[in-house]
Amino acid sequence: MKKMNLVMVGNGMAGVRTLEELLKLAPDLYDITVFGAEPHANYNRILLSPVLAGEQTIQDIMLNDVDWYRDNGITLHLNKKITHINRKQRVVTADDGTAVEYDRLILATGSNPFILPIPGNDLPGVIGYRDIADTDAMIDAAKVYKHAVVIGGGLLGLEAANGLKLRGMDVSVVHINEWLMERQLDKSSAKLLQKSLEDKGLKFLLKKNTAELVSGESGRVAAVKFKDGETVPADLVVMAVGIRPNTALAESAGIHCNRGIVVNDTMQTYDPRIYAVGECVNHRGTAYGLVAPLFEMAKVAANHLAEFGIGRYTGSVTSTKLKVTGIDLFSAGNFTGGEGYEEILMSDPVGGVYKKLVIQDNKLAGAVMYGDTVDGAWYFQLLREGRNISDIRDHLMFGQSHVGDLGHTGHNRAAAMTDEMEICGCNGVCKGSIVKAIKEKGLFTLEDVRKHTKASSSCGSCTGLVEQLLASVLGGDYSEAPKTKSICGCTDHTHAEARAVIRDNKLLSIPEVMDFMEWRTPNGCSTCRPALNYYLISTWPGEAADDPQSRFINERAHANIQKDGTYSVIPRMWGGQTNSSELRRIADVADKYAIPTMKVTGGQRIDLLGVKKEDLPGVWADLDMPSGHAYGKALRTVKTCVGSEWCRFGTQDSTQLGVDLEKALWKMWAPHKVKLAVSGCPRNCAEVAIKDVGIIGVDSGWEIYIAGNGGIKTEVAHFFVKVKTAEEVMEYTAAFLQLYREEGFYLERTVHYFNRVGMDYIKQRVLEDAANRRELHARMIFALQVEKDPWVERAKEGVLKHEFEMLTV
Amino acid sequence: MSEWKKICTLDEIPSLGARVVKSAQGDIAIFRTGNDEVFALHDHCPHKGGPLSQGIVAGKTVTCPMHGWKIGLDSGAAEAPDEGHASCLQVKVDEAGVVWLDIKQIVAVCAA
Ligand code: SRM
Ligand SMILES: Cc1cc2nc3c(=O)[nH]c(=O)nc-3n(C[C@H](O)[C@H](O)[C@H](O)COP(=O)(O)OP(=O)(O)OC[C@H]3O[C@@H](n4cnc5c(N)ncnc54)[C@H](O)[C@@H]3O)c2cc1C
Ligand code: SF4
Ligand code: FES
Repeated sequence: MKKMNLVMVGNGMAGVRTLEELLKLAPDLYDITVFGAEPHANYNRILLSPVLAGEQTIQDIMLNDVDWYRDNGITLHLNKKITHINRKQRVVTADDGTAVEYDRLILATGSNPFILPIPGNDLPGVIGYRDIADTDAMIDAAKVYKHAVVIGGGLLGLEAANGLKLRGMDVSVVHINEWLMERQLDKSSAKLLQKSLEDKGLKFLLKKNTAELVSGESGRVAAVKFKDGETVPADLVVMAVGIRPNTALAESAGIHCNRGIVVNDTMQTYDPRIYAVGECVNHRGTAYGLVAPLFEMAKVAANHLAEFGIGRYTGSVTSTKLKVTGIDLFSAGNFTGGEGYEEILMSDPVGGVYKKLVIQDNKLAGAVMYGDTVDGAWYFQLLREGRNISDIRDHLMFGQSHVGDLGHTGHNRAAAMTDEMEICGCNGVCKGSIVKAIKEKGLFTLEDVRKHTKASSSCGSCTGLVEQLLASVLGGDYSEAPKTKSICGCTDHTHAEARAVIRDNKLLSIPEVMDFMEWRTPNGCSTCRPALNYYLISTWPGEAADDPQSRFINERAHANIQKDGTYSVIPRMWGGQTNSSELRRIADVADKYAIPTMKVTGGQRIDLLGVKKEDLPGVWADLDMPSGHAYGKALRTVKTCVGSEWCRFGTQDSTQLGVDLEKALWKMWAPHKVKLAVSGCPRNCAEVAIKDVGIIGVDSGWEIYIAGNGGIKTEVAHFFVKVKTAEEVMEYTAAFLQLYREEGFYLERTVHYFNRVGMDYIKQRVLEDAANRRELHARMIFALQVEKDPWVERAKEGVLKHEFEMLTV
Repeated sequence: MSEWKKICTLDEIPSLGARVVKSAQGDIAIFRTGNDEVFALHDHCPHKGGPLSQGIVAGKTVTCPMHGWKIGLDSGAAEAPDEGHASCLQVKVDEAGVVWLDIKQIVAVCAA
């Protein structure tokens, strides 16, 4: 069958990203032809600034060289500008006469620097700042000329000015406003910025209106003249006063444009065969000038071009970082505030630190930071997630490390670290290798870095540092907003979508889900399969069959794999209580199977380490104790203290309540592991403050705390409710955990779920709505009824025998 | 020289799973893919020796249970950015559904 023809006009960042996404989805659907007006293959335009500053070379910033096009069967026409589109015959024609037919067309023509309509604007020595040619022109000018004037004190203008200064020119920045970067900064932070740039030797002419560019004897520009009559010398004038979407071609073809090529949420223009992406586009009234939104557009356009038809682009929130080495500046969202907004401000002009957070309806709406931008990535994440910040508001200004959200390297500042310092402790990746990979491999997002360097791909506690590195190298971290993030590379669907589809369509097996949601891979991968398996069994208990092959080995073997390939066995000791006959049996088992190590765990029970896999069923049979699920995303331990039965301070029987809770919730699978604790008085010997659910006995009843965590990032549990009786504790705890089981995303612990949905929501579903609470509780009981003790099944009923039997030759 | 040995029947290997064969050369993992292809690798991850037989099988890869490297079943090669190879062995299934392993011939470490 003949393939369809796909033609792309504009070989820039947005366009090529669209092709990359398309090739991932449907590599064989189209014959692809690309036209680029520049003589270069695809490069990382945002890194032109470091090139100008002499920190990188053009070679360093190539994203896709000509070989990439060839390897992917793409016909590439460089140095050819499309001048005509015939929409009736569906043909595009280039300035050299090359004509190509299309079935689908992508317009990705980017934008043009806006050139002020003043006399002299076409003199030699007057340029915009957009591409390699402009950058080369500046580098050449710096070799022979002295005076440079940059018109425009925005992001681009300042980066140009900084580069020219570093190349030895005498640089003045002309700006019409009272302060620099008024679209990204408020006055206070802009003044701090101006001061640091002045310290680097730049000059500023603020509130200046350019009247005319004056030529010298050679015919080249020689001076800039202002409306107030003042004149400054200039051998090079860089206009960086803004960009205009490049719509000339689209307009000439009669495609509707209005400050950009107008597109809908599927990135189609008014001619449905023609798509448009990138800076040339006007989407819902906004034309974007940063890369992050363009990548999201690319993903959606590719999805529709691949005929999957599911993605929608609904607009983006952007963040900015100035790429001038030595200057820390970050801004995101709406930071000007105004009516209906609240502001939190910290200003230390002498120390050169300024921070402003803008809040609306208990959510972060914007942030500006100067001097100390360590928490930029974190604020941006809170902003994109729309997280309710009322519970952390007191500490918000002081940053992530002050809300108890500490990773093991939480105190380090990525920028201040040396290249040899380790960023990712799990995979041993140091700063230098990450920075190198970002530059050389053209990485933009956290996921890219994870894939190419493994940094942040294991425990995740260095994620913040990696985000900072991305921001400092690229001027931003272009990771997708969490709500649009797909489960893994096998699909474009999110966790939320998968959960909903399974529920709404009563899907009962992994192949059904993959079929229904058009998975790209035949059997998924080790990321999506365990997630889908959990969603199926938690949504349809007793109906959806568990798939052992989609479980991580620990849950498949019902024991933890150890580094030498043996396993550990941790039997359940209800509430941490045991007795002499259990201990005797454990000792006998250890002798019989020559178990090398026995250890008391941090969860009040005993671990038998170094058991051979083939011995597991025998060990379980002889122990004759229930599975401790120490290997599962399941109920782990319920830690207790001795409580009122023995302790002279005890107010309640915490041991008994712990045992009851553990017996009631035992065998419960969850998005991640779940740990409980019960203390008999506020002295809190069972450490309930770091548990998924923690309960403290007081004279008049029980206090329940939720969503604590004692692992990678310590999080203190939040007070949820106080109840009178043990029965109520059981009901409220089960209801909260059932809500988490039904709505949590795979690998989200209760703290992450809590942060996503907020305390108000959980209270509303569990506390305020008593009927709903009882239903949740009932659904938990129902789900647990169908679960059996996996050890008994395997030790005594011969379930999945092959798992524990070795073959021989 | 080949030396084919009878191992088990195809049914005895779970689909998208593996069995371990104890042999004089150490443990060998026999994998079965979703469309019933069978592959054999030394049960030794090129990273730190993790037992590949215990990993999750998808397409023609297995994810090592230890630190998540992805190993190609047909080549034994680790997927980028990781580098390394597990050695492969010849394996075949006859019409009767019996799985045979050539224990003599290690299909040399395949080029990446
Ligand atoms: C055995 C034990 C250490 C010990 O000798 O005391 C242990 C051992 C492991 N922990 Fe743990 N954790 C043990 C108590 C804890 C505790 C303390 C507690 O439960 O009171 C914590 C902090 C509390 C918490 O979870 O909030 C803890 C936080 C972690 C984490 C970080 C979880 C997080 O959300 O940040 C991991 C990693 C993970 O789950 O992804 C982890 C993972 C592991 C794994 C499963 C690592 C792995 O994937 O192989 C270890 C398995 C060893 C094995 O085969 O037995 N372990 N681990 C403890 C078993 C308790 C039990 O009886 O079941
Ligand atoms: C110096 C500089 C620094 C920047 N820094 C940042 C930053 O830190 N962070 C950030 O997010 N963004 C930054 N940007 C903006 C970012 O580079 C752009 O948002 C992005 O490149 C736009 O991608 P695009 O594909 O829409 O357009 P482009 O990348 O401009 O690509 C459009 C291409 O189409 C070609 N073209 C146009 N018309 C035709 C035609 N008729 N026929 C054939 N080809 C045609 C053009 O020559 C061009 O190569 C910076 C930009 C510059 C110039
Ligand atoms: S037991 Fe827990 S803390 Fe100790 S090494 Fe293993 S995962 Fe790390
Ligand atoms: S041993 Fe296989 S990934 Fe580390």
